[in-house]
Amino acid sequence: MYPSRFRYEAPTTLAEAIAILATNDDAKVLAGGQSLIPMMKLRFASPATLVDINNIPDLDFHGADADGTYRIGALCRHAHLEKSTTLGDHQPLLASCAPLVADPIVRTRGTFVGSVCHADPQGDWASCMVALDGSITAVGPNGERSIPVKEFVSGPFQTVLAADEIATEAVIAPAQGTRVGGYLKLERRVGDFATAGVAIGLDMTGGTVASAGIGLTGVGAQTIDAAEAASVLIGSSLEPDVIERAANLAAEVANPRSDHRGSASYKKHVVETFVSRILGNVQREELQVA
Amino acid sequence: MTSLFEEVPVSTDDNISTTRVEVNVNGERRAAQIEPRLLLAHLLRNGFKLTGTHTGCDTTNCGACTVLLDGEPVKSCTVFAVQANGHDVTTVEGLASSEQLHPVQEGFKDEHGLQCGFCTPGMMLSAVALLNENDDPTEDEVRWALSGNLCRCTGYQNIVKAVLWAGAKMRGDA
Repeated sequence: MYPSRFRYEAPTTLAEAIAILATNDDAKVLAGGQSLIPMMKLRFASPATLVDINNIPDLDFHGADADGTYRIGALCRHAHLEKSTTLGDHQPLLASCAPLVADPIVRTRGTFVGSVCHADPQGDWASCMVALDGSITAVGPNGERSIPVKEFVSGPFQTVLAADEIATEAVIAPAQGTRVGGYLKLERRVGDFATAGVAIGLDMTGGTVASAGIGLTGVGAQTIDAAEAASVLIGSSLEPDVIERAANLAAEVANPRSDHRGSASYKKHVVETFVSRILGNVQREELQVA
Repeated sequence: MTSLFEEVPVSTDDNISTTRVEVNVNGERRAAQIEPRLLLAHLLRNGFKLTGTHTGCDTTNCGACTVLLDGEPVKSCTVFAVQANGHDVTTVEGLASSEQLHPVQEGFKDEHGLQCGFCTPGMMLSAVALLNENDDPTEDEVRWALSGNLCRCTGYQNIVKAVLWAGAKMRGDA
């Protein structure tokens, strides 16, 4: 399968890339290409111009600033996160998600930021970003702006990124206390779209939940922010009845469709189970530490 | 240097915009004048006649087209050939050195790691990438590393044995 013809640009600076985007209608940024290229081959996407950002230096990074702010650059591949020896210390949710994204070969190429920009309701990283209340830094002709991920994704496969803007990094705020959490995904086989996935990020101070976020993958027309479920966790010490309430509320807000991966009620049940399981694991680990 | 340089015109239509790429394929510098939409798998197979790289599903699922791009396994049906410009590509043809098979190839032979053979080149390159990083993987680690490669004969058991065999050989235990 061949994509439609396109003009290929491989700028070596961000300014050059933005200038190309600003002067070409229907241009698309190519980072890892692991969603864009398949979509182009299937002719779901036929951009007139591709702006390959792989030759722009200084976009391949991930790590914590001195204040704990975590940054992931536009060319940071899933595999870099999976193989990182420090990610888990800062962002346990991301560390548990990284090995579950796509398959090992796709992970060497695909990027974290690209996945969030693709805004696929099946995207694992978008759920993590929702759970951690992260933001995307976008750079355009008028400079830089920070967009909270909950405003960034505007619908299925849609974001508020302007045609002449490039998402240069994902940013996650420092923890209030200790950051814990995890990701669980049910898939029929490695690399398949999720039947359902749950991302939970929590900040704990003195055995109590100081902040919480829950993102749901693949159970709606876009990534779901289970904000009400997360809110019942605040101030608790993850007692069994609190976990049960959060799990029920998360399942309620899930809006899956019945398909070949399972019925809607089954997927809701998976969401409920995963929320309980992740929170139960966190609670057990917290007890061990205490 | 001219002996290491081969010009392969993939597009001959003057009205179509093409670009020149130079790729280091299996240690040899190769060049081609190509359309940007050409996929790496097709440059290797149709342009460079390296048909050991198989295209299976053509939808980023099966991993039959896996090659190493700067040492990392990639699905060559999901990388544009222009993106390999100036980079190193290793295909299954590049694994053996003169008469000596790569330990992974030997392992597949010794442990009967193939049935129809279609998935084999991709399996081998994923295995090489794993063993280059860790030549003493557990069975679980082998299965994990190969989880992006599908074998429709379902011959996974012997494929895993073959990779473990190759690891032992590379460590000098076999």
